[in-house]
Amino acid sequence: MNTPVTSGALPRATGLGVLLRPVALWGVPGAIVLLAAILAGVVIGETPLPFSMVVAVIANNLWGAGYEVDLIDAGIIWSYRLPRTLVAAACGAGLALSGVVLQALVRNALADPYLLGVSAGASTGAVVVTILGVGGGMIGISGGAFIGAALAFVLVAALARAAGGGSAQLVLAGVAGSQLFNAMTSFLIAKSANAEQARGIMFWLLGNLSGVRWPDVWLAVPIAGVGLFACLAFVRSMDAFSFGASAAASLGVSVRRVQVVLIGMATMITATMVSLVGSIGFVGLVIPHAMRFVVGPRHARLIPASALAGAVFLIAADIVSRILIHGQVIPIGVVTALVGAPGFALILIYNRRRL
Amino acid sequence: MRLSANRLGWAAGQRQIVSDVSLQIESGETFGLIGPNGSGKSTLLRLMAGLMPRAQGAVMLDDDPITKLPRPEIARRIAFVEQQVETSDALSVRDVVELGRTPWLSALAPFGSQDVEIVRDALSVVGMAEKVEQGWSTLSGGERQRVQIARALAQRPRLLLLDEPTTHLDIHHQLALLRLISRLSVTVIFALHDLNQAMNCDRLGVMEGGRLVACGTPPEVLTPERLASIFQVRATPLRDPADNSTLFRFHCLEE
Repeated sequence: MNTPVTSGALPRATGLGVLLRPVALWGVPGAIVLLAAILAGVVIGETPLPFSMVVAVIANNLWGAGYEVDLIDAGIIWSYRLPRTLVAAACGAGLALSGVVLQALVRNALADPYLLGVSAGASTGAVVVTILGVGGGMIGISGGAFIGAALAFVLVAALARAAGGGSAQLVLAGVAGSQLFNAMTSFLIAKSANAEQARGIMFWLLGNLSGVRWPDVWLAVPIAGVGLFACLAFVRSMDAFSFGASAAASLGVSVRRVQVVLIGMATMITATMVSLVGSIGFVGLVIPHAMRFVVGPRHARLIPASALAGAVFLIAADIVSRILIHGQVIPIGVVTALVGAPGFALILIYNRRRL
Repeated sequence: MRLSANRLGWAAGQRQIVSDVSLQIESGETFGLIGPNGSGKSTLLRLMAGLMPRAQGAVMLDDDPITKLPRPEIARRIAFVEQQVETSDALSVRDVVELGRTPWLSALAPFGSQDVEIVRDALSVVGMAEKVEQGWSTLSGGERQRVQIARALAQRPRLLLLDEPTTHLDIHHQLALLRLISRLSVTVIFALHDLNQAMNCDRLGVMEGGRLVACGTPPEVLTPERLASIFQVRATPLRDPADNSTLFRFHCLEE
């Protein structure tokens, strides 16, 4: 009797069709949802602005449509709410992507940029640059945040390795690293900042989109976009990590290269987002897990779904932060934590048998 | 595919786990690796698969040094089934077997109808076709083992490395798996514990203390002296009248 198993490859059909079909099937509805969320982010606020006016202002600015609009309202929409909403979307998508990448490669359900100390490192880096003026203006807040984030991750990874290299050790090392960097940030603020600076920085650290303007959009959106495409290029590799790094290697994945590229990218995304809006927790942790329930564990779906859900979630959180208390903006990190902490608790309960 | 190992070795810190193993596996051969617990069988398999960092010695696949081959090319030639693997992802049986196609896929060659067919074939060979939608976490140890073997077959390798593949299987599936392996048109190297099962290999290698101490056909290798000195058992050969094959009954040698 012959078995159907033989060696060698079969000829395979290649074609653009196979690639484009899922894009049309999922990309178009996804883009519509994202667009709707962005419009909602612009329309809803302390001063509710009619939808028609929002469309008119955007049309005026994009292709000079020439509608008559109130200049102050136009200013609120174009210079304030739209960039703010776009940066919220980019941050949400970027942080969710970082979470997916870290959970896939570190093989721990609780991995996210916040837990592994990357966010805390980025905060410290940003504060060192702002308060101490390290780098003499050559580095900038983003650069400082990136160096801090990279340093924190290297430190946490080294500590985890020294402790035996398991994924539980990595999470514990991450907790230690977060505490250390948060303490350094607080120390720097207490020692060197004046009262007004301190208040501004504390507010920024909890996540603050108030200061966001167009130049921030041109930094955040491309970074999130590059992150999304880089992740999409590695979906099969991330799937192959399901049974660990060694199994991935035996499936033909260049483990070290994938780890360096993807973790480096997650660090860069986190650092950029923290430098723009402060440290926003729970997005990178909760969104990927929620999306696993919806679309399953395969990364070809999980990556775009998480990016979209992260973007929509952070836009929604930003809207809530603006309208929850009249006349006052709550730090967005507070809102995400209020939703995220119960979500995190659910994940802990769900994972109790696996830890 | 022919595999030649030249002076393979691996050390964990100061402790040498495998030392100085040279070995040539011919194309189409079924090669069994036996030896007591901790004799270095698993490590040797991983060395031959090119999966160990800081490996000593060299492995050649046909005429190519394994260190010169790109990772996906190695995975298209060699599939490796580990003794036990775990995941926390909620993967289905199909998801796991589809992972076997990873080395053949790229952005320009996405998962297509041929891949679907290969995955289906692999699942039916191990008798798991009906459970294709079932979750990995709900499978028994033996079922997981068979799904991993299906995953390895879906890689369409020319060399299959298996680390004690019959460990979690019931007797029916042990025999079915061994029969399946003997029929595959690929080269197979596997570590195993059951010396009676080892009798069916083309050749056997015996590991002891990280060294390859004997290599040859089963009757050459499984001598009473060697069974006594390495495995600490006394073996009584018995003849099965059903097919005239020789079986061993083992008795523990107390020191």
